Amino acid sequence: MEANQQIDRSKLMSVLWKIQAKKSCIEHDDITKIANEFGLSRMEVEGVVTFYHFYHRTHAGKYTIYLNDSIISRHAGYDAVKKAFEQELGITMGNVSKDGMFGLFHTACIGLSDFEPACLINFKPFINLTPKKVKQIISDIKNGKKPKNICDYPLSKIQYTPEKEKTVFLKPYDTFSSLKFIENNSPEDLIELVKKSKLAGRGGAFFPTGLKWQFCRQNKSDVKYIVCNADEGEPGTFKDRALLQEHPETLIEGMILAAYAVGASIGAIYLRAEYRYLVSDLEKVLQTYRDNNSLGKDINGIIGFDFDIYIHLGAGAYVCGEETALLHSMEGKRGEPGTKEFFPVEKGFKNKPTIVNNVETLCAVPRILEMGVDTWLSLGTEESPGTKLLSVSGDCGKKGIYEIEWGMNFREFLELIEAKDPYMIQFSGPSGDCLSEIDFDRDICKEDLSCGGSVMVFNKSRDLLYILKNFSDFFVEESCGICVPCRTGNFLLNKKIEKLILGHADKKDAEDIKSWSHIIKTTSRCGLGQMSSNSLNDAMVKFPEVFEKSLLENTDFNAAFSLEDAVKEYDQIINEISSDYE
Amino acid sequence: MKYLQTMNKLINIKIDGKSIQAEEGKNLVDVAKENGVYIPTLCYFREINPTLGTCRICTVKLNGKHTTSCTAKVSEGMDIEVNTPELLDNRKAIIEMLYAEGNHFCPSCEKSGNCDMQNLGYDMGLTVTRYPHVFTDKMVDFTPKRMIMESNRCILCKRCVEEVKTKDGKDVFSFVQRGVKTRVQIDYAEEEKLSESEALRAMALCPVGAILVKGMIHEQPFGDRKYDLLGNDILPIVKDKKVLKGEQEKFIVATTSLAGCFGCHMSLLDIDTDLLDILDIVEFNKSPLTDIKNFSKRCHVGLIEGGCANAENVHVLREFRKKCDILIGFGECAIMGGIPAMRNFVPLKECLEESYLNGITSEVGADIIPGHEDIPKLLNNVYPCNEIVKIDYYIPGCPPNAEHIWKVVKNILLDEEFSIAHNEFKYD
Repeated sequence: MEANQQIDRSKLMSVLWKIQAKKSCIEHDDITKIANEFGLSRMEVEGVVTFYHFYHRTHAGKYTIYLNDSIISRHAGYDAVKKAFEQELGITMGNVSKDGMFGLFHTACIGLSDFEPACLINFKPFINLTPKKVKQIISDIKNGKKPKNICDYPLSKIQYTPEKEKTVFLKPYDTFSSLKFIENNSPEDLIELVKKSKLAGRGGAFFPTGLKWQFCRQNKSDVKYIVCNADEGEPGTFKDRALLQEHPETLIEGMILAAYAVGASIGAIYLRAEYRYLVSDLEKVLQTYRDNNSLGKDINGIIGFDFDIYIHLGAGAYVCGEETALLHSMEGKRGEPGTKEFFPVEKGFKNKPTIVNNVETLCAVPRILEMGVDTWLSLGTEESPGTKLLSVSGDCGKKGIYEIEWGMNFREFLELIEAKDPYMIQFSGPSGDCLSEIDFDRDICKEDLSCGGSVMVFNKSRDLLYILKNFSDFFVEESCGICVPCRTGNFLLNKKIEKLILGHADKKDAEDIKSWSHIIKTTSRCGLGQMSSNSLNDAMVKFPEVFEKSLLENTDFNAAFSLEDAVKEYDQIINEISSDYE
Repeated sequence: MKYLQTMNKLINIKIDGKSIQAEEGKNLVDVAKENGVYIPTLCYFREINPTLGTCRICTVKLNGKHTTSCTAKVSEGMDIEVNTPELLDNRKAIIEMLYAEGNHFCPSCEKSGNCDMQNLGYDMGLTVTRYPHVFTDKMVDFTPKRMIMESNRCILCKRCVEEVKTKDGKDVFSFVQRGVKTRVQIDYAEEEKLSESEALRAMALCPVGAILVKGMIHEQPFGDRKYDLLGNDILPIVKDKKVLKGEQEKFIVATTSLAGCFGCHMSLLDIDTDLLDILDIVEFNKSPLTDIKNFSKRCHVGLIEGGCANAENVHVLREFRKKCDILIGFGECAIMGGIPAMRNFVPLKECLEESYLNGITSEVGADIIPGHEDIPKLLNNVYPCNEIVKIDYYIPGCPPNAEHIWKVVKNILLDEEFSIAHNEFKYD
């Protein structure tokens, strides 16, 4: 009964976005006003605002610059670019210029790892930055040019696809073609077909898609939702961006098919804010579907099949890639993960049965219909048929998007990407696996080396501890804060890595890292905490030489402390003073 | 809304190998409790549905997978492990982490004796946390009309956020910020709408002492508080004592005060006449107590007071490391730099100028900052001892209590399990 008087809370984030975009900040009075409109307490809205990285409580500059500080960016020249920004703007990182024109902030991976260093200015992408380019950009903006007119449009470099008949995702697509299937087949037929295809969650969890759809179909409800998880936040991943740019129509048809299968009427694309520049193109494509009667009422002439899709923009929270957190975020709440008491297919968005699927998973469905399930099954491996999109970045000759058949040998893959001197490869992002030479003979497939989509290559010249510190910083920054093992555990592990880097650590610290990681892994509430210590622990096993070097093993004296350095300042002062005196 | 629930069908589960019949779909914590298996909880609160699952203390292994029991509902054939060494340690670790991330000073806390977390700490025999202190900047909010929000004590269990609402259904407490900065913030306008009894309920709901109602402090006298009896029942675990190493031989101890105030040494002397007993087993070598300036033999234990502020401190500390088997840092200065480390926030040059030239105690016209090769050079910062050499044990305090210092030293020398009796660390 209350709901009638109040605005639907799921609109909260878009309202906040409007204010943030207009005023570059969300002020006290705005929050009070919103709280009244939505029937919430002021502090609850404040809680939502302060949860998301891209909402600011203080003015963030007319032009807000977000410079990516992921490890790939760091290796590609982040420091020089940051310095150039700071010099040009006369402010340091994390601050706003006095005239309120520019705000300079760092941010986690923005999905442009193939074009680093990269930044977003008012959410328009600028790629392959150099100090010179930074100078140009800032002077252009100061001279009145709009970021949208001078920004880059980062078209994904598609480096490799299998032979023509084996390519699934990255080939021309005959728009609307998959929708013919639903005109002639029942939802059950579609679910059976998806189950037969063994399609599984492409975000990395490998939950069988057909089964998920079936569960959702079985749950009776007046309204059901299809949510596409386009919150590609895992550092080093940009394969969904490629799909959204190249073949948004397959995603939309995948969502329509899913809606038909489970009986859903509303669809949402949860798009990460970093990809805001894709919104207008996506809207255009959605419109063509509406114009073709493939979205809206009685889709494709099927009486009673009503379905439409809207885009929900995230606001900078990695944890929202977790499906329950994502749903909370869509509901206009803090993006905290739920307790898994119910699956989203039982009680999801607004407590109604909901399907949450990754972009790649949804895009696969029309492709399977297109090529036929048997052809699809003939590709890849027994447990993971088909192909996989990988986003490759770091120290290799050919960065970009690769569509590979599941089961490809890893060494073969490394040759393909022209990784000349691979030392450490971070597979599936910081929460994934840290690979060394001993893994090179493994195969990329669910049975062996499964992958969510991010491949970051590092050669011998890179400092492993520095990389791990960057990953740890990321998790500390992105922990939602709801459970102590993740909130504080990651913070403490971060301090340990710092200790290792400074050379203060001893063997006990290495043991602590192992046992604390185990505690964090087994007691955290969601995948973020459960996976956050993976890379650190993998690295300790696979690169013992790096850690042994930093551990003070047989000495009681701290090598990091240098008495000469510590008294240098004093010597200097005394010298100055005594010469003054004489 | 209460409604009659028909009895669900009975199913069979196993808890720690014991077969149990339970009602299907019932909460695992409750099922375990009814069958005599205690699963510690902090955030779990029966009336909140769905359960919160924020504190993670009730983590068990369900069919081989780690999960929180407060969010689990029993179903046929479940195999649950509750009290394995790994799980017991996990639980203790979480409590320790909660202590390390907040600032919990039980002796001065209004909820002491009524605090669920304090009780769990005693219950698990917690004397120290394995984690370093996080020292995040937390605030105490006195602004609300009726309540005080003490974020230093808050464990972010979310009970208040979910449970305390105004009559028109608005939240009074909300989570703000995220990650390590997450805290609970009271909405002042909504808080004013709460009645006295609703405010008291919020205070009672809080499992720690984070939510306080102004003027409602120490309601129950000591001895009548919720956990008073329980705490007294717990005895420390003491390992069998080991025999002295060599009948005639005494333990050799050295002590020094680096950049400290000698307060810790003063505290050492507070042991009074017991010192005579100690001298039966201990011989002092280099120490201000004996005035022996240089080590004449190798020592079992070196006690270090103070951090390192100058080159001489570093030299002495390194000498101690070379000559002592075990180094113990005692007092805050040795552990963290303490008061002398306050100069780390001021440039060294300004410190010297303030001391010798511009300070109010300097002579008028003073223009010399002494510099001579015999005067130890000041370091750029004051360093805690562990940043220079490896320190084996720490005894915190400013200064630590005399008996406590000797107890630690004795425990280490006699290789006894370190144990502090309950009444020794229960200050209130």
